[in-house]
Amino acid sequence: MLRLEPRAEASRLMSYLSPVLAAALTLIAGMAVFSALGKDPIEGLRLFLLSPVKDLYGVSELLLKATPLMLCAIGLAVGFRANVWNIGAEGQFMLGTVGATGVALYFQESDSGLILPAMVVAGAVAGAAWAAIPALLKTKFNANEILVSLMLVYVAQLFVSWLVFGPWKDPDGFNFPQTAMFGDSALLPILIEGTRLHAGFIIALTALVAGYAFMNRSYTGFKMRVAGEAADAARYAGFSANRMIWIGLLTGGAAAGIAGMSEVAGPMGQLTDKVNLGYGFAAIIVAFVGRLNPFGILLASLLMALLFLGGEQVQQYMNLPSSISMVFQGLLLFFLLGSDVFIHYRLSFSRATA
Amino acid sequence: MDASLFSSMLFATVVAGTPLIIVALGLLVSEKAGVLNLGAEGMMAMGAVAAFAVTHHSGNPWLGVLAGMFAAMAVALIFGFLTLTLQANQVAAGLALSIFGVGLSAFIGKPFESIALPAVPAIRIPFIADLPLIGEALYNQQALVYLSWALFWAVVWFLYRSRAGLVLRAVGESPASAHAIGHPVIRIRYLAVLFGGAMAGIGGAFLSVFYTPMWVEGMVAGRGWIALALVVFATWRPLRVMIGAYLFGGVMITQLFIQGSGMQLDFPAQFLSSLPYWATIIVLVVISRNVNTIRLNSPVSLGKPYRAEG
Repeated sequence: MLRLEPRAEASRLMSYLSPVLAAALTLIAGMAVFSALGKDPIEGLRLFLLSPVKDLYGVSELLLKATPLMLCAIGLAVGFRANVWNIGAEGQFMLGTVGATGVALYFQESDSGLILPAMVVAGAVAGAAWAAIPALLKTKFNANEILVSLMLVYVAQLFVSWLVFGPWKDPDGFNFPQTAMFGDSALLPILIEGTRLHAGFIIALTALVAGYAFMNRSYTGFKMRVAGEAADAARYAGFSANRMIWIGLLTGGAAAGIAGMSEVAGPMGQLTDKVNLGYGFAAIIVAFVGRLNPFGILLASLLMALLFLGGEQVQQYMNLPSSISMVFQGLLLFFLLGSDVFIHYRLSFSRATA
Repeated sequence: MDASLFSSMLFATVVAGTPLIIVALGLLVSEKAGVLNLGAEGMMAMGAVAAFAVTHHSGNPWLGVLAGMFAAMAVALIFGFLTLTLQANQVAAGLALSIFGVGLSAFIGKPFESIALPAVPAIRIPFIADLPLIGEALYNQQALVYLSWALFWAVVWFLYRSRAGLVLRAVGESPASAHAIGHPVIRIRYLAVLFGGAMAGIGGAFLSVFYTPMWVEGMVAGRGWIALALVVFATWRPLRVMIGAYLFGGVMITQLFIQGSGMQLDFPAQFLSSLPYWATIIVLVVISRNVNTIRLNSPVSLGKPYRAEG
């Protein structure tokens, strides 16, 4: 009978192969889903995976979607490495949109070049401030950061809704729940003429490099990794657990806040009540699939962005709800967690023992 | 407050607390066996959409509840396979289940949006429903409200009075010792996970078939997470789960009554709507403040994978 046998040492090879295996399994499951829905599976996959990126514009849209995912995921990875479970990036993202929008609206008349940097800072600070709530409650009162950060997602959504239905509503906006469009000086420059790809993509790449430097090259990053992999060793070495919780959450919040800024100053151009785009939740999957590693996150965010775009495609051409991409995202994480078993175990054939 | 307002608020509080009781008691049992399933939100969403679809097609809300239960158990089984058989991290697998369940429910539920189901009539218990003040509120209720009370007694009896419950708690406290004296740890945990799934499914079904008889994407609105928080708040005790659920129900209902009363307020409606979420955070803080409260009450092996040696 087939059974799992523990490996003497965790397999490095498997830890890199496992995301590939998971992606392949998701692909197969995807074809099964399309068949079950009575659609041609090959056509479905073509719509999902190829047609979104068939031309330069498609590729630019892919990078556009990957931008907030990369930002949110690299921030989360810093915390996840130390077992700090911030799952409220979605809410921190929304606070980032609020911080950035505040600056954009306040300086609407100005055309200073300092507005964009100020918006980045405001987005980061707002996101970090939102993440500081679970950090404070965890370090001071031992309150579970998973539940607190998640609850704050719902609060953030209501907060945005209040702003765009109330004080920030565009007076000339025919009563739609949205702010005025930002001035040109509050919009991120476009990288490729004729596309929507904006400078936020550069910020995201920079964040990946910074994340690499912090996690793999700095002493604090090392301490956080130790805390995540061997909590007892970290305690014995005298590393402050509270400090890691603060760093983990604030980094995650700031990065998600910048991601929010790059959405409102990028493709949205204003704040609306439709900012709950799901990037913050999808970024959790990106961080795991990317093995909490910056280069992995880059690849995983492209894959996840493709799932988002593919969902839009099959909605348009196959008349299927776009939430199918959330189904595939969930499947991807399921398969990853399942494939990960081979990092620590190997399959072996043996006789069943009584 | 006049008597009729009191009565209708009590009625609404009981209704709002009911899904939380059902779901949280299910989670309590699986946590007592040492399994932390953060997928409650996804399981509830699956239960809600399956129950709605089957009720809509069959016209029978009870078939709907059964369908909701089985749908949630099916996704709970995925979680069980990953965490129990394949030893995956329970936190990550639970998050995956939440994302997957919410997504799949939105996908399945798309054709059912903007359909309303007929309201299911309440069941009036003779005589005691005539009691002044509380009679109408407590004893002229949906069948699932009575079920939640029965479930409470059943869980109390099971955990603290039955041998099987003792074994389940032993598995949660010390899986290695339970295994050593011959109990099938993994199988017991599977059953506990399935029970948690079944209850989450019924809780979801209550939302879409009885509470607001319609399907809207995202209608679970964090109740799965609140139920998880309730178990912590209750320090893993059934009676406190029940009390906590009604307190939450009360918070949800109070804000709805204030919003519906047309009272002129200086603060916005969204602030009121956020109260249940703040309340969750506050109770977590209050209960977790003393590290020992959590340490002494939570099942020792909660969230840790277990693999039988040999």
